[in-house]
Amino acid sequence: MSILAINGLSLRIGQTEILHDVNLSMQHGEIVAITGESGSGKSMTALSVMGLLPRGAVAQGQILLDGVDILQTAEPDLCQMRGNAMGMVFQEPMTALNPVQTIGAQVAETILIHEKTTKVEAHQRAAAMLERVGLKVAPTRYPHELSGGQRQRVVIAMAIALRPKLLIADEPTTALDVTTQARILDLLQDLVREFDMGLLLITHDLAVVADVADHIVVMQKGRVVEAAPTAQLLANMQHPYTRALFEASGHAVQLPELGGVGQLLSVRNVVRDYPARRKALLGPRPMVRALDDVSFQMDHGERVGLVGESGCGKSTLTRAILGLEEVQGGDIRLDGEPVFTHHRPNLAVRRRMQVVFQDPYSSFNPRHRVDRLITEPFHLLDDPPQGKARAAAIAKALGDVGLSPGDAGKYIHEFSGGQRQRIAIARALIIEPELIIFDEAVSALDVSVRAQVLDLIADLCRKRPLAYLFISHDLSVVRTVTDRVMVMQAGKIVEQGDTEQVFTNPQHPYTQTLIAAAPKLPELSHAVETV
Amino acid sequence: MIRYALGRLTSLIISLFVASLVIFAVIEVIPGDPAAFMLGVNARPDTIAALRAEMGLDQSVVTRYFDWVTGLLRGDFGQSWTYKTPVADLIADRIWVSLPLAIYALILSTLIAFPAGIYAASRRGGPGDITIMGATQLGVAIPNFWFAMILVLIFAINLRWFSAGGFPGWGDPLQAIKALTLPAIALALPQAAILARVMRSSLLDMLGEDFIRTARAKGLTRRQALWRHAVRNALIPVLTIIGLQFSFLLAGGIIIEQVFFLPGLGRLIFQSISARDLIVVESVVMLLVFTVIVVNFAVDLAYAAVDPRLRART
Repeated sequence: MSILAINGLSLRIGQTEILHDVNLSMQHGEIVAITGESGSGKSMTALSVMGLLPRGAVAQGQILLDGVDILQTAEPDLCQMRGNAMGMVFQEPMTALNPVQTIGAQVAETILIHEKTTKVEAHQRAAAMLERVGLKVAPTRYPHELSGGQRQRVVIAMAIALRPKLLIADEPTTALDVTTQARILDLLQDLVREFDMGLLLITHDLAVVADVADHIVVMQKGRVVEAAPTAQLLANMQHPYTRALFEASGHAVQLPELGGVGQLLSVRNVVRDYPARRKALLGPRPMVRALDDVSFQMDHGERVGLVGESGCGKSTLTRAILGLEEVQGGDIRLDGEPVFTHHRPNLAVRRRMQVVFQDPYSSFNPRHRVDRLITEPFHLLDDPPQGKARAAAIAKALGDVGLSPGDAGKYIHEFSGGQRQRIAIARALIIEPELIIFDEAVSALDVSVRAQVLDLIADLCRKRPLAYLFISHDLSVVRTVTDRVMVMQAGKIVEQGDTEQVFTNPQHPYTQTLIAAAPKLPELSHAVETV
Repeated sequence: MIRYALGRLTSLIISLFVASLVIFAVIEVIPGDPAAFMLGVNARPDTIAALRAEMGLDQSVVTRYFDWVTGLLRGDFGQSWTYKTPVADLIADRIWVSLPLAIYALILSTLIAFPAGIYAASRRGGPGDITIMGATQLGVAIPNFWFAMILVLIFAINLRWFSAGGFPGWGDPLQAIKALTLPAIALALPQAAILARVMRSSLLDMLGEDFIRTARAKGLTRRQALWRHAVRNALIPVLTIIGLQFSFLLAGGIIIEQVFFLPGLGRLIFQSISARDLIVVESVVMLLVFTVIVVNFAVDLAYAAVDPRLRART
């Protein structure tokens, strides 16, 4: 008998249909991945199984967990099943734990609410479970003392403490670094084997799906468009959406030949220290070195990638280049001009650089219209365009990013995530900067939208020589949109070189680890041939 | 934790020092002669000279400040000009009315606000929530002296359960508490209304957090998740308000003290200002500032007890 069977599940909230006739089944020890873009209904399917739907949601159909229909089960019985027969791991490990309780207590709670046992024994079992998930810190620690990967291990320990038959993991590694992601995925696969449980993995990352799933379910707009065993699905995609999804994930852009000449940006021996917590009460404040003797150059029109894990100093470097923070040592110059003069940002240099940030939802003031939003950089100019010239500049910037001049009068909430990121790029382009910094600029986007934005960036490069520094944790994206790449670890650039060369023949052990840890998309045409 | 506490203690000492400077400056260094000010326009020059000598006004500002502060540290608050008794004694008499009253009101306010706020949050949008929120709206809007008069009307004049005012002293603790009950209720109701609203909204914020969803996925019921995970996290803003309210209750009970004819600090300061007795005003204000700062220190320590993240900070 299958451990989980979803039969004809439909879900509506008010008048909106969220899920339509979703079917899925899973055996013991099997990993089933649900994939699709945001809004496809992946997470809602998971929450339906847990019986944790938002208020006002009406579900129809059948969700059988070991023969028990979740949709027909009363709330008190569902509470008995949650954490016991089924466990769930969520996306955001930074907020998934209660900040005021120790991690041991939070794991022990799962045991204590379901089993009649003493506190001491529950804590012992919790400690054992934390050890099993590979956590090497004491159970008496608080969540804020742990890294994202460690916290995710705690959440996993909580979910599997009672060895549930079914574990649901909703984007469990999306917020993590690649090397951490690889370790967490290994752990999940181990646990599935050891406990013979079913794992329902929700993820948008097709490389992860292809890597770990036994069975793939592709969802689009609340419907299952395709479901098949992994090898079979990869070899023979039936639905055009599945194919489009895989193609967009591995989307490669064609960058024009390098056109510019001469040096644009020079970063020499830059050092940036931050004060850390005192070790002794009145002892000296220890310093944390965020940038350690960083040196590199960029030419006019050159496209450079910067990769590294969180905390490696990528953001500090961005802030230093933009002149947002002064560095303690070294020298940053754009076209020979220092970005910082007399302890103040140098405006003459600042206006020649722009930045595009990650989150298209929070980087705009919701009360301003698009024309005002994208003309923000004008304040850097001594003589900003007025009247007709301003309108023309707005129209051109919007046109450059594939929007229409008519969008200038709209508010930001009227746009989708991808359109917002286009507006962010328009904002960066409007004063025609020589250097743009893309700081995880496509990381929050769905694969198909991401592909479009990458195409847009390549297009812009074709229209004019555009130099950019592309910062991302996503190696496959960096590989396609850059000429040269730098790898950063603990504040140092450990390797830099021609992008293709670094990716095919990494020299530094850290680069090798990073590339090995990144899950890889199967080659589509290649997969067809092998089966 | 110790480092955090020491950090807060340092800030407490600095605040006290700055506050003492400000109070001293405002009252003693204001233009004109404090002695002449205290005695009024018709005072005779030799009376003024006598007062000047008594207040030490013939000495330098630095010496006077130093004498005042060291006096305060020894518990010597000076001699009241109008009452002709040591200020310390005046304060001692009244603090035993004001402090218990403030604590009494605060306990009442917390006892009302916590259950009301938690109940409203757990039944968000339901009839219970709407009723409680309506009641707190009234509680915030109606001034406490009006409550006080209504309470007197009902419980003292009509039902005769309590006396309408006055304070019998702590000779019979039961009678003393009884005398403070109506004033404490009058003070507590508006505070409870504010506190309940803060508790509710803070809890609702917490209920939307990811870790509540995690708790529910573990198998906790809605109510268990609320009690075990949301309440403690919701306490931080609530503690802030409690700290502010205590300071207000201690010093701001003046109207209620008038209504119930209680010999408290509020009335002392009011009478001293009317009588232009700067020596009393200065010392009582300093004492109130001291209390406020110490209460804030206690609130800071309470934060750390609730939230482990604060313990790690310097």
